[in-house]
Parts: sequence; structure tokens; C-alpha cells
Amino acid sequence: MSRDNILHKVRTALGRSAGQAVADVPPVRLRVPEAAMEDRIALMRSRVEALAGKAVRVPTMDAACEFVAAAIAGKTAVASNAPYLEECGIARLPGVRTGIREVGELTAVCAQVDIGITSADYALSDTGTLVMIAGPAESRLVSLLPPAHIAVVPRERILTGLDELFTILPNPAAQTSSMVLITGPSRTADIEQILVRGVHGPGQVTVVIVG
Amino acid sequence: MSVEFDRKIHDTLADANLQLAIYTATGRLKEKRIEVTADNVLPDYQELRTQAHALKQHAIDNLDHYLEEFERNVEAYGGKVVYCKDATEVSDFVLDLAKRRGSKLIVKSKSMTTEEVDLNERLEHHGLESVETDLGEYILQLAHEKPYHIVAPALHKTRYDVADIFTKELHVARETVPEKLTLIARGVLREKFLKADIGISGANFLIADSGAVALIENEGNARLTTSAPKIHIAVAGIEKVIPRARDLAVFLKLLARSATGQLLSVYTSFLAGPRRVGEVDGPEEFYVVLLDNGRTKLLPDRSKRESLYCIRCGACLNACPVYRKIGGHSFPWVYSGPIGAIITPQFMGVSHEPALPFASSLCGACGEVCPVKIDIPKVLLELRSDVKKSEAREGQNRIEKLAFRIFAWVMTHPRVYELAGRMAASMAPAGDGKWIGSVPAPLSVGPLKAWLSERDLPPSPSKSFREMWRNR
Repeated sequence: MSRDNILHKVRTALGRSAGQAVADVPPVRLRVPEAAMEDRIALMRSRVEALAGKAVRVPTMDAACEFVAAAIAGKTAVASNAPYLEECGIARLPGVRTGIREVGELTAVCAQVDIGITSADYALSDTGTLVMIAGPAESRLVSLLPPAHIAVVPRERILTGLDELFTILPNPAAQTSSMVLITGPSRTADIEQILVRGVHGPGQVTVVIVG
Repeated sequence: MSVEFDRKIHDTLADANLQLAIYTATGRLKEKRIEVTADNVLPDYQELRTQAHALKQHAIDNLDHYLEEFERNVEAYGGKVVYCKDATEVSDFVLDLAKRRGSKLIVKSKSMTTEEVDLNERLEHHGLESVETDLGEYILQLAHEKPYHIVAPALHKTRYDVADIFTKELHVARETVPEKLTLIARGVLREKFLKADIGISGANFLIADSGAVALIENEGNARLTTSAPKIHIAVAGIEKVIPRARDLAVFLKLLARSATGQLLSVYTSFLAGPRRVGEVDGPEEFYVVLLDNGRTKLLPDRSKRESLYCIRCGACLNACPVYRKIGGHSFPWVYSGPIGAIITPQFMGVSHEPALPFASSLCGACGEVCPVKIDIPKVLLELRSDVKKSEAREGQNRIEKLAFRIFAWVMTHPRVYELAGRMAASMAPAGDGKWIGSVPAPLSVGPLKAWLSERDLPPSPSKSFREMWRNR
């Protein structure tokens, strides 16, 4: 269609020829500050709470499992295929559907249950963000369709911020077709600038920091 | 000034409720931006702006290179890039794909680029259902209106307006509480998401080294649009390309802060191609539509090219004293505010609405808040000059030209200047510091009358400076 025509117009306007080399990209300095683990955890918790999310810290994987069990008591839940949830015993809790590998089934279950449980590949403490990389372990819909989202994150996955994320993961596309940063509950202010949570995504986000 | 532009401005100024809505909403966004870009919160804010500008400049100066790199990488991950020169090509592509796949229902997440090409209207004209899913955009689609603001599309609607729209269009019981209205929309749209065959999104950034699109939003509708249906189509202007994934570290820190005063928006999606082997969900097909629609016209001129650096944060709208009075719908095209005033004349031609570059006090607030440091006031001045040149070519401003020639002649001949000064002083009433209020009859004629109708003059002094100097 218009491909060659548009590229030709661009080159003519810029005075470039096809395949002409480009100068180096301006440098972007990524700063990874020194931050003790305890400080990262404290900042992560305060940022999540500031967004009206919930942040709890538990000492062990067993304690994480207990916390999640209490949170889903009487409700239905779906858990992602993250090995960490399996290791915590969360995947085996009663009322939790897990191990789904077929998209139709996953969509139907996620659209029905009360809670979606995931781990997270990383967390960013200076913004209170969860980093979800789609793959065999994590899907897109578990953290999206149910009205509540619980993420169970071992503390060593807490990074300082975006700069550290892109330092250790300069090329996310090589790993996944979908990397999503989640910063707090779904929200809108489209009617009279009044904040309403839980528009399309989960209105409740709970981050469980383990360790 | 076109009659329509003039009428819309006056209608907006006369509507007290609308004035309050615009003032409050933009004021709040403005305050929040200031809080999160303050020195103690983000010490390297200015450095980030400089970096963002340099990255955009580099990407646009080498646009063909990065478009090709982007295209190669999208294809490497199993997606497809479609270049479109205008609105018709975009809708033709979507219609053809929908026909081949037997698709009937399309969900859309917010995209100014698709507003630009009236995509919904075009698709619906051909019998497809295309539903906006961002709450504000959904309200406007039901009300058959265009966005009022780049990031707060329905800021001119009150909860009562929304209640009326929902009752009329969705046949639901009347609710006026924003939480309940939001729940109604959630319910209706959730069904659409789960049934839709195609999801169409915009793109905040196209990342060349990754073949990825980045989408930034708060509601989760863009995630649903790009996750639930089997086909994802992202529609983006060609200027959205940036070189590398890591450049996002710069842009993400600026975009949400400038737009809504958040540290990060709730959801940032980085999407590279369709679902891969081993992934449980995600679309089976992934397309990126790269739209020209006039953008290549902005490239030849080095300083006007800067208009393409815009990341659509809307900060310039909130900062602009003119936008805050005349609102979004007074502007002749989908882009409003200072950025609209520089983009529209360049995309549509300066004669589309010649008054547009003049609808600014040149106070410079827009340039000051721009996260990618576009020198908007400078481009406005250049466009003013373009308007005048085009009017001169068409012989439109003969009187103005004559007036300025006389003015120049008077100003360069001291004796004539003094005489003219004395004549003017004798016509205008003298006063002690008070403004004239109304212009004396002899001056109130022809084009001068229109010019003076909204301007005032200081009273003429009893002695001119020259006289005082001579008599000192």
C-alpha cells in the first residue's frame, strides 16, 4: 500500500537516503541508587498504600499462604501458574482454580471468580509498581478480569525503580509478548474528576511481600 | 476568524457552568503536575525533559531509519506493520480484515489518532459495531461528541449529563452517583470485551529496537482491548517511534506526571507481537497501523518539526489561559489547546482556521510545562507569519498591509510622528490615569472599529514626552 510512498516522503523531507546510517542515540543515564532491602520494602509498602492498595509483609512462604487463605475465605479465586505460588502452597488452597493453560477456559474462569492471585516478576519500590511478564507462569487476564488482585512477591524481587528494571531487562521483547506494569488499583476520574476505583481492572490490589 | 470559531468561543464564554467545569478540572490537573515535578520530588526533572527532547529529536531526524527498524522487529515477533496515508486507508484496512475474519464487534481503547481519522464513524457506516471502552470516551460516543481534552475527554460533562446519556442510550435506571455510573459502564463494556473479535488501541510509544507498542492508561480498558480479543490492531502516528526500550525510563517518568500528576499511570503495557508459544493468553494476530495523515508535511522545516515530539500529555492545555476560557470544543479539530493550535494548521493547512495561531497570548506557559520541551510559542509565531503570507498571496489583507505601511512611514519620520501624536491627542479625551473606556467616534470606523471593540487605550497625556524634553 502506502509504505514506500510514506518512507520516500519522510526521506525527502529529512534529506536522507535509503539505508543511510544514523548518529548514536543520545545517551540515557539509568540511575540505580543504593537502597537497603528494608528501605525498599518500606517504600514499596507506603507507595502501594498511598494508591489505596493494600501492602502486607509476611515472614515466610507459609505465612503468605495463611494470609491468602484468610483473604479468600468463602470466595472463589484463580491462581496463575507461577511456580512461586505452588511453592507457597497457595495453588493447593481450597476454592482456588489453577493450572489453566487454555485461553477460553482461563477467560471464562477469570471473568467469574472474585479474586485473581499472581506472583510478580519484579516490583518497583519508588512507584509501588508490580511488573508482570506474560509467559507460561503468568498470564494477562488473572491480574485483570477479577475484581480483586493479590500479588505474592518474594522480597528479593523488589527493585528500586524503572531505571533498575531497564538496566536488568534492557530488552523485554526478547522474553515476552506482554510486560505490564501495575501501579495500584484500576481507576478513573472521567466524571467530574471524582476518583472511582475498579473501572475495568481490579478495584482492590493487595501486595504480599514475603521475607 | 471563521464565524464558527467565533460563535463557539462566545458560546463557551457565556456558559457559566462550563466555565466552572473547565476551570476546576484544568486547575486540579495543573496543581497535581506541579506537585509531582517539584524539585524535592523529582530533582532531575529538567534533565529528564532535556533527555526526552534529545531522544525525540534524534528519532524524528532519522524517522525513516527507526520506522524500518520497528517494522523489522514487529515482523520478527510475528506481527505485521501496515502503513496508511490517510483516514480511508486505515478504515479500509480494518474493514477488509474484519471481513476476512468474519468479525462484527470491535472494542476500542482511547486513541487520539483514531479520533483524527473518525475511525468509529467509518466502521459503523459499514455495519461494524465499534465501542469505545475508556469511560470518558464511552460517554462521548453515546453522546455523539468529540473529546474535550486530550486526557480528560469528558471534562465538560456533569454527573447529571452522564445520567441523562446513560438513561437515554442504555435504557438503565437513572443514577447520578459517579461510582454507580461507572459500574453501569463496567457491566455493559465487560460483555463487549468478552465477545469482541477485534481490539483497536492507540499507542503512546512505538519502540524500534523491540517492535513493541507501549500503552499507558488508568482504567484497564486498554489491557482488556489488547488481551481479550483474538486480533489486536494498534493505530499510531508515524512520529510515535522511539529508539530503544530503555528510553521508556525517561518518557514514563514524564508522561503520567505531566498528564495527571501520577508517578506512573496505573497500567503501562509493553506489547511485542501476538501471543507466543507457552503463553496462556493474548491475541493471535497483532497489527500496527502507521499513519501519516499529514505528518510528513511537518518534516521539512526544522523548527516546526518539533510539533511531532508531542507525547499527548495535555499539560499545555491545563496551563493555557486561552484553553481555560474557550475550552476544547471551540478548537476546529480534535486536538485542542496550544498543541492543537500548532498541529492543526500544519496538518490541515493554515487557511483551515487562520485565526487559530492568533488565539494565544504568547505567555509561554505551554512551552514551560511541555515535558519534551517543544517551543510552542515560537511555532505559533512562525504559523502567524505563514497565515499572513498566505493571506497576502490571496490578496486578503490589503487594508492591514496599507495600515502597517502608513504606520511604518509615520514611525520613521519624526516630524510626521509628532504631528500625528498631536492630532490623536486632540481627538482623544485627556484624563488622569483613567482608561478611555470607549473610543471616540472619529476612530471608530471600518476595520479599526473591530480592532478597538475589545481593546482600550490609555488617555492621552496633556504633554508629549518630546514636549517635556524640549521644555526641561
